[in-house]
Amino acid sequence: MIAISNLMGPSKEGKGSARWAKAGQWLFLGAIFFYLYAPIAVLVVNSFNQSKYGHNWKGFTWKWYEKLLNNQNLMDAFWHSIAIGLLAATFATLLGTLMAYALYRYNFTLKRVTSGMLFVVMMSPDIVLAITFLVIFMALGIHLGFWSLLIAHITFCLPFVVITVYARLNDFDGNLIEAARDLGASEARTFFTVVMPMSMPAIVSGWLLSFTLSLDDVIVSSFVTGPSYEILPIRVFSMVRVGVSPEVNALATGLLILSVVLVVVAQLILRKGKSQ
Amino acid sequence: MAKTLMQFRQVSLKFDTQEILTGFDLDIKDGEFFTLLGPSGCGKTTVLRLIAGFEQPDEGQILLDGHNIAEQLAEHRPINTVFQSYALFPHLSVFDNVAFGLKMSRTPSTEIKPRVMEALEMVRLAEFADRKPAQLSGGQKQRVAIARAVVNRPRLLLLDESLSALDYKLRQQMQIELKHLQRQLGITFVYVTHDQEEALSMSDRILVMNHGQAQQVGAPRDIYESPANEFVARFIGEINIFDARIEQVVSIDEQQGRYLAYFDQGNMTREIVSETRFEAGDKVKVMLRPEDLRIEFLEDAPEKPGFIGEVQERNYKGKTLDSQIKLKDGQLILASEFFNENEPDFDYKLNQKVWIDWVHGWEHVIKADLL
Repeated sequence: MIAISNLMGPSKEGKGSARWAKAGQWLFLGAIFFYLYAPIAVLVVNSFNQSKYGHNWKGFTWKWYEKLLNNQNLMDAFWHSIAIGLLAATFATLLGTLMAYALYRYNFTLKRVTSGMLFVVMMSPDIVLAITFLVIFMALGIHLGFWSLLIAHITFCLPFVVITVYARLNDFDGNLIEAARDLGASEARTFFTVVMPMSMPAIVSGWLLSFTLSLDDVIVSSFVTGPSYEILPIRVFSMVRVGVSPEVNALATGLLILSVVLVVVAQLILRKGKSQ
Repeated sequence: MAKTLMQFRQVSLKFDTQEILTGFDLDIKDGEFFTLLGPSGCGKTTVLRLIAGFEQPDEGQILLDGHNIAEQLAEHRPINTVFQSYALFPHLSVFDNVAFGLKMSRTPSTEIKPRVMEALEMVRLAEFADRKPAQLSGGQKQRVAIARAVVNRPRLLLLDESLSALDYKLRQQMQIELKHLQRQLGITFVYVTHDQEEALSMSDRILVMNHGQAQQVGAPRDIYESPANEFVARFIGEINIFDARIEQVVSIDEQQGRYLAYFDQGNMTREIVSETRFEAGDKVKVMLRPEDLRIEFLEDAPEKPGFIGEVQERNYKGKTLDSQIKLKDGQLILASEFFNENEPDFDYKLNQKVWIDWVHGWEHVIKADLL
């Protein structure tokens, strides 16, 4: 929003040129928004279009949504994705929060190495991660499917949770944990009554971030899952190779609504965290 | 004499290879206001953290009521701390902050509310019970931190430079409140500070520390008037120190000795009084506080034996006029004089020649090798 308000800011030029400058600013802004959102708008509109190819408007319909709900393969993939997303986000958040707390609270020999390794996971290209996972699963003889997919997703979500929660912990007054101990809280109660409630906004946004990352991952997933457990992005990817079906438009619109909801929820939680 | 509450017996602590405390001893009496005073890095905060249980000693015993608690965890010690940064829990209301310790000790909930409100009333914050810490001023946070600690009725309350974040006026007010609170509650307070004025005005006893060593323990008055060594003398306020040599023992009785001492500075012999026993030939340091000194203009008197110098700097301090005087051999001394009502315009000119004397009997003398 800052960028927009700057663009709209008052100009010190004369009245006539100010009007032109203002018009130019609006035009520029409009062009940016058009560039960003026009494709999405087309997609949403086409999901309600009678026409199969979407070149022109042939009337409103819900039929693509009906077809989507009746497409068992696609719906299976959707629920698989949701399941993997929920599980991966939850486990990554549990592990990541504990790891962030350990990095914050304790000094141990491999502390720097451990936190460095997280960045390696975060920075390395997806394709590298994908091949690494594949090699490991093959070597260990793990069948490619649900478990391999879950493990891979937890791994690539983990660093994002650790970094989000660690940043929040670092903002705390360093004496808070000692204060809790001083007032009679054991290590465990300190964690549950002080550390966790105070890092909750970061924990929640770490979870949402993980869920989103898991939901739209194609590259890693396509390497580590098999036909026994197909997930949505891969299913969609294989569908659009033979042309975009209007069902995919309907699906994308549904996912779009889901992401907007998640973003709004995350923003609300972060704002609440800031006001504390 | 009150009984001893807390003792350190030969406590040593190292961080990596750096020795913070070595064979450190400490005695704190039940019910006193005890202050650990010293420059930053002197180990005073480490002593506090050892008492609280945030650090464990490498060697030695920490006794509370005669029981060794050196290995006991902080949460099991009947000791509470008021942190320098207050460390209030930002996600809890003032009430829940104060109730935290009681909840942890599983106090019956019917008892929690009255005790929390009593503690908040004591620090005059009862109407702020529902606020969050972020909505309080610095002085109010400070008082919540105190209430949160004392509500648990600890045997010992630790205060870590607790007033240093407040502005001057508020600090003065909190000093009085703390002292009052301590008398009212009868809890032993251990206060850590580097502010000697604060230490002098609040404490029953002060321990002056430097480089992890206890320099002197005593009542504020003993420490101010009879510093054990030059470090203590210089750390507790301004002081002027003169070298002298005992020439002759005049008389010694049970309380004090009278001696003739020769001062290199000013080339003079003066009678001095000290509680310490000296022998002829001993080298001594004669210490004089700025307010012990008396200054005379030299224009109207012939030069006589004594400290002679020139006024270098005059600082108007409101209650007093502080003058910095450079003696003949270059030593700078500080004199502090109260204004005389009869001479409201009393002042010195810069570079004025003056003769300096002191109120005899007010000097404090220590052996030179004690430095």
